[in-house]
Amino acid sequence: MLVIRCPWCGERAETEFNYGGEADIVRPTDAEHLSDREWGDYVFMRKNTLGLHREQWVHSHGCRRWFVAERDTRTYQFKSYEKLGAHAMEKS
Amino acid sequence: MSQSCRLPHGGRVQRSAPVRFFFNDKPYDGLAGDTLASALIANGVHFVARSWKYHRPRGIVAAGVEEPNALVQLETGAYTIPNARATEIELYEGLRATSVNARPDIEHDRMAVARYFSRFIAAGFYYKTFMWPRAWWPKYEERIRDAAGLGTVPDTLDPDRYEKTHAHCDVLIVGAGPAGLAAAVAAGRTGARVILVDNQPEPGGSLLWSTDTLGGEPAGQWIRRVTDELATMPEVCVLPRTTAFGYQDHNLVTACERLTDHLPLQQRAGVRERLWKIRARRVVLATGAHERPLVFGNNDLPGVMLASAVCTYINHYGALPGRQAVVFTNNDSGYQAALDLKRNGAQVVVVDPRTRSGSGLSMRAEQAGIRIIQQAVIEHAVGGTRVSGVRLQGHGARLPAGTESLSCDLLVMAGGWNPVIHLYAQSGGKPRWCDQRACFVPDVQVQPQISVGAANGDFSLAQALSGGVRAGIEASAQCDFADVSGKAPAAWATHASTESPILPIWSIGSGKAATRGPKQFIDYQNDVSVSDIHLAVREGYRSIEHVKRYTAMGFGTDQGKLGNINGMAVLAGVLGQSISETGTTTFRPNYTPVSFGTIAGRELGDMFDPIRKTYLYEWHVAHGAVFEDVGNWKRARHYPRPGEDMDAAVARECLAVRHSVGLLDYSTLGKIDVRGPDSVTFLNRIYPNLWDKLKPGRCRYGLMLDENGMILDDGVNLRLAEQHFLVSTTTGGAARVMSWMERWLQTEWPDLKVYLTSITDQYATATVAGPNARKVLQKVCQDINFDKEAFPFMGFKEGTIDGVFVRILRVSFSGELSYEVYMPANLGQHVWNLLMAAGEEFGITPYGTEAMHVLRAEKGFIIVGQDTDGSMTPLDLGMGGMVSKAKDCLGKRSLSRSDTASPHRKQLVGLLPSDPTCVLPEGGQILNAPSTAAIAAMQGHVTSSYMSPILQRSIALAVIKDGLNRMEQEVTIPLPDGRFAQARICSPVFYDPEGARQNVD
Repeated sequence: MLVIRCPWCGERAETEFNYGGEADIVRPTDAEHLSDREWGDYVFMRKNTLGLHREQWVHSHGCRRWFVAERDTRTYQFKSYEKLGAHAMEKS
Repeated sequence: MSQSCRLPHGGRVQRSAPVRFFFNDKPYDGLAGDTLASALIANGVHFVARSWKYHRPRGIVAAGVEEPNALVQLETGAYTIPNARATEIELYEGLRATSVNARPDIEHDRMAVARYFSRFIAAGFYYKTFMWPRAWWPKYEERIRDAAGLGTVPDTLDPDRYEKTHAHCDVLIVGAGPAGLAAAVAAGRTGARVILVDNQPEPGGSLLWSTDTLGGEPAGQWIRRVTDELATMPEVCVLPRTTAFGYQDHNLVTACERLTDHLPLQQRAGVRERLWKIRARRVVLATGAHERPLVFGNNDLPGVMLASAVCTYINHYGALPGRQAVVFTNNDSGYQAALDLKRNGAQVVVVDPRTRSGSGLSMRAEQAGIRIIQQAVIEHAVGGTRVSGVRLQGHGARLPAGTESLSCDLLVMAGGWNPVIHLYAQSGGKPRWCDQRACFVPDVQVQPQISVGAANGDFSLAQALSGGVRAGIEASAQCDFADVSGKAPAAWATHASTESPILPIWSIGSGKAATRGPKQFIDYQNDVSVSDIHLAVREGYRSIEHVKRYTAMGFGTDQGKLGNINGMAVLAGVLGQSISETGTTTFRPNYTPVSFGTIAGRELGDMFDPIRKTYLYEWHVAHGAVFEDVGNWKRARHYPRPGEDMDAAVARECLAVRHSVGLLDYSTLGKIDVRGPDSVTFLNRIYPNLWDKLKPGRCRYGLMLDENGMILDDGVNLRLAEQHFLVSTTTGGAARVMSWMERWLQTEWPDLKVYLTSITDQYATATVAGPNARKVLQKVCQDINFDKEAFPFMGFKEGTIDGVFVRILRVSFSGELSYEVYMPANLGQHVWNLLMAAGEEFGITPYGTEAMHVLRAEKGFIIVGQDTDGSMTPLDLGMGGMVSKAKDCLGKRSLSRSDTASPHRKQLVGLLPSDPTCVLPEGGQILNAPSTAAIAAMQGHVTSSYMSPILQRSIALAVIKDGLNRMEQEVTIPLPDGRFAQARICSPVFYDPEGARQNVD
């Protein structure tokens, strides 16, 4: 069981979290103009990273916030965490 | 019975406290402080078991967790424990144990004959022999399992209570031998939070019976002083009888604390075992080492024992394992056993393959007058149910005359030491072979841990103490507890002794001797011998992991603690490669067996998963409801009256709704409050249909899709105000939908101003359905106009019933005139009672989920998760029109992918069985024609199937390939009994296709 540091709540046991897969996949805004292959890439295709992996987690039994973590898939060590909120603020 | 082999003095047993116990139904006496094994040895009992496969007589080999043979069925009935190790069972008054693998008893074991056929039942025998005819395998398997098998699984519920606890500390130390105690006191003095776990009843490990002195202090006194000091440290927690059995990710160590097993059954109270999940910043592994057996012919006879076990039985338990001993040793450890035996009056001969070395212990043995035969090995042992002699062989020299065979009643083995590296390996570390010490030792550190003492291959007491102190200080310093006040313990001086190096001997004789002569056992518990490893190599196995699986070496309750390293070395020899190249098998948790009770803890029965009950649960119980589980909810399924079976009750409930009025507890439906200026935009993106035009006061059905275009959930949504919606979900999907919406809002659309609140539990819902529904509501609710025009279908209104706020929706899941009444949960029972009373004159009938299902199926309304399975699109359900062309939404693009847009997918249709009394099995496969072929082309499957009381015939919903183009065609559904049912494809709407009934006056 991993220890995960929620950027909002601090270190908690893995059982409080849910995994959300690869991070930084942006939903296409022009979906209707994409080919089947391009859309299929977005929906289905994921990297199977060996090493440092940027991934989404949610503190589902805590603050329920999503965040991005960098984890080494070989050692399960987390290298960094970042809030999604900061990103949103910049956008607006 | 007398304890004929109990020494007159010594040991840590309490001589004034005799304990009566029963082994294989015979009464014996032992002493408080004994283990079952030591008490048996004190009574001269060595033959305690039959082996697993060959049913050979077996004795006690070890004195700890590594014991492979002395497995017993402890106690009977609900308290029984299969395969308990006699070496770990603390003796208590009235203890009852029996050998596990012999019937009727070990002396008259029916299967003992197997050992005469052992040559023919080597590794792989069962697989090779019982292959044909294949259909007979289940019968073979039953007999083979019956013949082998270990203990018996309890057949009654475990009455004991178990619990779990989470703990955090700076430094966790595993093992309270000299290294662990030194580490604990060093870490404790820095003020760090320390947990020290040890699997023995009292700390001390091998020091408990050592004659060594530490800093001039006798070992026993040193232990007392150190443990007293630990007890005064508020941040130090010492857990005896606690086995750390797993090293998990991020320095989580799992341990099992045994609280009551050492007490007589009638004195046990409270928790039996506690599972500790210890998250430590640093871990110090001081787990010690296990002694290796030597591998020679018949090395499994009762009376063949490890040297360390002999020392333990003599010094710790005051029990003498034999009076005429041969000690076979390839290192200096055997000499300690020889000295201990000699000191207690036994005759001893030492057989040592090395040349005379003059090391400390061997010289002491010589001085004690012990005969030592150098440059010799034991070829094989002889004996029946106990060893009676040995045959010797020269090893690089001729045997002295007259020493070819020796008689003995105890054969002591000292083959070197294996550091207990299980936890290190589980932490991710790869052990390294050390030629000089002839053992695997911990190598690179993967998690923040360190091994010390014998666990690190540092076998001397001085190394254990200094390594422990150093590790304790360093681990604390890494947790920012510096050794500030010079309180670090100085190294305790110990008596130094010269040692001569080990001469590894992995088996006796050439490959031929190993295969033809008496069996040389590697793994006692699984009856794996050297010849099995030779066989595996001959048959092409090379990898240690494959050889393990082919021979079963290292399986079982001891997981190869005793024999695995010998096995790896033998394999290396056969393959002509180094042990390092051969490597080890994987050290998996659990280190020792952990009971299911400990793993389950208190998460049993009703505590396993939360149970959710609606505000009306007690009312349902009082009215005879039969419940079904829907998600975590207990929902009333039907309300049988006396004499009614389920079918009769459901039919009555259905007809009441169709003919008059029924009442359904619909509170479990998920409800999410959605509000904020961007609510409409948000719902437009989540749902395929358009929400802009929905007016406040109106509802709309919505399907929810995943990005693959597949149906995720559905429900009716209300627009409460311009910027305020109430979204409803399926009962089981509420949490999933909430998480789904939150995820999109946070990760993809954080710019949308929308707030989501789960309000499922805040409202109770009662559905009033049937032609008389309006009349019932008009009686209890005066401030809402229920007229057809004023309150149209898919509208909702707010009002009061007896002063209670209610929100009433005119929607229908039954096809009848129907209203859903939302009310504050705490007042739900009150309103429900008023509805029941108002409906009395119409024969209002509470109906359950089963009637609800029948009613909706008659109308062709789907249930997400029953009629859909994660591979159904709105088009497959004939609901393609619901997908707005004016906007994008989740999953929309997928609907035009070549496969999802194909008109030949499985589509939802109705089925009318040719036999109107035949209710098709749900999940039944659909074929074009009857077929008994092994493989037939499957066209789809039945998703919902019921007897329709209003139509007086069976109906079904199904998904069928190209179904919408196959109306009126016949299909076949194979039935479980081998017959075939015929059915005709039709519209899924079986009743009132015009939808006239919900418009009754």
